[in-house]
Amino acid sequence: MRPLRRLSELEVGETGVLVALELPPGVQNHLMYMGFVPDAQVKVLHRAPIGDPTVYAVDGIEIALRRETAREIRVDSGRLKTKPEMIREAGHEPTQEEPAKELVEAGR
Amino acid sequence: MNDCCTVPAFEPAVHTSVKTAGELRTIALIGPPNSGKSTLFNRLTGLRQKVANYPGVTVEQRMGRMAGIGRDDLTLIDLPGIYSLDAYSEDARVSIEVLEGHMPGTPKPDAVLLVLDALHLTRQLMLAAPVLALGLPTMVLLNMSDLMDARGGAVDPLLLAQELGAPVALVSATRGTGLDSVQLFLNQHGGKNEQPKLMLPVLGNAMSTHRWAAQVSSRTGYRAPLSAKATRRVDAVLLHPVWGPLTFLVVVFGVFQVVFSVGLPLSNGLQDGLAHLGKWATGFLPAGWIRSLVLDGAWNGVTSVLVFLPQILLLFLFIGILEDTGYLARAALIADRVMRSIGLNGKAFIPLLSAYACAVPAIMATRTIENKRDRLATILVTPFMTCSARLPVYMLFIAAFIPNIAFAGGLIGLKTIVMLSLYAIGFLAALVTARLLKSSILKSSETPFILELPQYRMPTLRSLGLRLVDRARVFLKQAGTVILCVTLALWVLANLPVHGGHGPELGESIIGRLGHFIEPVIAPLGFNWKIGIGLLTSVLAREVMVGTMGTLYGADPETQSLSLQTALHHDLPLGGAVALMVFFAFALQCTSTIAVVRRETNSWKWPAVQFAYMLALAYGAAFLTNIVVTALWG
Repeated sequence: MRPLRRLSELEVGETGVLVALELPPGVQNHLMYMGFVPDAQVKVLHRAPIGDPTVYAVDGIEIALRRETAREIRVDSGRLKTKPEMIREAGHEPTQEEPAKELVEAGR
Repeated sequence: MNDCCTVPAFEPAVHTSVKTAGELRTIALIGPPNSGKSTLFNRLTGLRQKVANYPGVTVEQRMGRMAGIGRDDLTLIDLPGIYSLDAYSEDARVSIEVLEGHMPGTPKPDAVLLVLDALHLTRQLMLAAPVLALGLPTMVLLNMSDLMDARGGAVDPLLLAQELGAPVALVSATRGTGLDSVQLFLNQHGGKNEQPKLMLPVLGNAMSTHRWAAQVSSRTGYRAPLSAKATRRVDAVLLHPVWGPLTFLVVVFGVFQVVFSVGLPLSNGLQDGLAHLGKWATGFLPAGWIRSLVLDGAWNGVTSVLVFLPQILLLFLFIGILEDTGYLARAALIADRVMRSIGLNGKAFIPLLSAYACAVPAIMATRTIENKRDRLATILVTPFMTCSARLPVYMLFIAAFIPNIAFAGGLIGLKTIVMLSLYAIGFLAALVTARLLKSSILKSSETPFILELPQYRMPTLRSLGLRLVDRARVFLKQAGTVILCVTLALWVLANLPVHGGHGPELGESIIGRLGHFIEPVIAPLGFNWKIGIGLLTSVLAREVMVGTMGTLYGADPETQSLSLQTALHHDLPLGGAVALMVFFAFALQCTSTIAVVRRETNSWKWPAVQFAYMLALAYGAAFLTNIVVTALWG
């Protein structure tokens, strides 16, 4: 099994599958209701001009987090969903440079 | 007083009969942030609640009768957006308390309209579980369905209704489509209470709720629409390390330059027109004290404030564009780094920016800040932000005292630079004060910064137009009430006591004696006694200062024939004029702000501390300014 990475370590343009959150319960719950749940696909979109916070695309929306929050979120950056598994999610339009980056969450 | 944002008091629909079980009277609008609840509220009630494109626009419950669909007998409650029924911040707590019927003064809702953004249905369905579990008759409205269709999304509303055990309708609040189904729902539920009969996930567990939501959306054939790529393309520029801040600065400088180059000629034209109109109209009055009261007192005072309407509207137009496009949330993101260095987080930047319009709604907007100490610190520094009521004072004194010198090949003028400096010192005072508070009495551990960035949207002309109309109405009302009363009172006091049928010299009048009495206190700042009177009246609201100047200089025979700018220029040294603007940058002269701080902090202690601190800072800074400016240019 590949080692997990911290979400804060992903570069802009990279995508990872969320594995676990290690945050205080209140914050964690809030983030999960915003879509940061295990198995969700998270893509790094932009960094603010000074390098922090960073904008992530998750579940079709864009959410900004600081580095210290993102470092407590573990992701698997190699395990991307394959086409048959794919269910199209808002905000994730399949393009050529990101062939299969869709979240499989539903129906299992 | 300066009711920047008050809405008419709401009177609930009158019901003579005793309410029977299951009868509908009060309906709550609930949904995630930025899902369009307030836009829908405005549709259903025909009211004009503020809407904009960022999460957290609505921070308190608002009620209105559903006159927009012909149901005057029903009361609709608009609520702040929530992600779940766990209160993460103050505004979310309001929604939850109203839903549970624990909010004093707000009736417990008999039914719920759950508004979900159809563009992100899977995640938004997570809120459906806890809301349906409340057991109230609920209708689910999938808003922005027009955008979903346009971008190739789909969902089967009938299947979804079966899954949820509640009626589902596709609506578009901005276009007003699908609202007939709301009417149908309300008519059907007039007399019976229906319990949802669905299998809900274990509540309170985000993971299981999400799994449930994903299953439901998959079983109902939900296909999420493609996201508009425009937002990411625009953000590639606006969040770029170089282009982002540069664009921001160019826009800010541009706005102030426009306020001067477009706003000032408009103001001057308006001033000439109003002066002629006043002379012509009062020509019909008998010469003597009545004409003097109307022309020199009321008309001069009120119109000297009214002429600044064009500039204020330009400023509101700019702020409206920022809010409606979705840029405000990006500004908060960029500012997070700076805000963190003073111990706050980027979210506090949203109220601070909106305080450029008015501190009152800005202080309300701090409810979105999760940490209580962060919120209090933000409330305490918000009045340092240059609100639009300071604009008339700055414009008047800059026009009267600052020469027209162009820099950078005419791109930017000295007047603009002075104006920007005044905005800058206010902002700096806010930052430094927040830093002091956060490193002493309001110290707390850092709260994480979590902010949803909305998609960019093109502001509609209608929405921007309505803001300007509302703003103009507030401004005119203020001029016609507070400022009119103050100027009339001033004129009377400036013409008493009467000796042998003649009014006194201005300096010998009641107002003159009062002015001379307080003069020693303000003389070190370079102010004369008329400014002193202005400082007293402007405690009501800052723009009253300008009206007071208009009346006092209008009542003085020596300066009566001069324009207010010229009269001031002859009567006040440059040091005093600049010191006055600095004083206004710092002092808390606004009864509405004091009242809202008392309400939001639930004590008189904080507004008292805030008032004293800002007054001391204003006095000290004006004192130094007077010395420095007089030494350099006096």
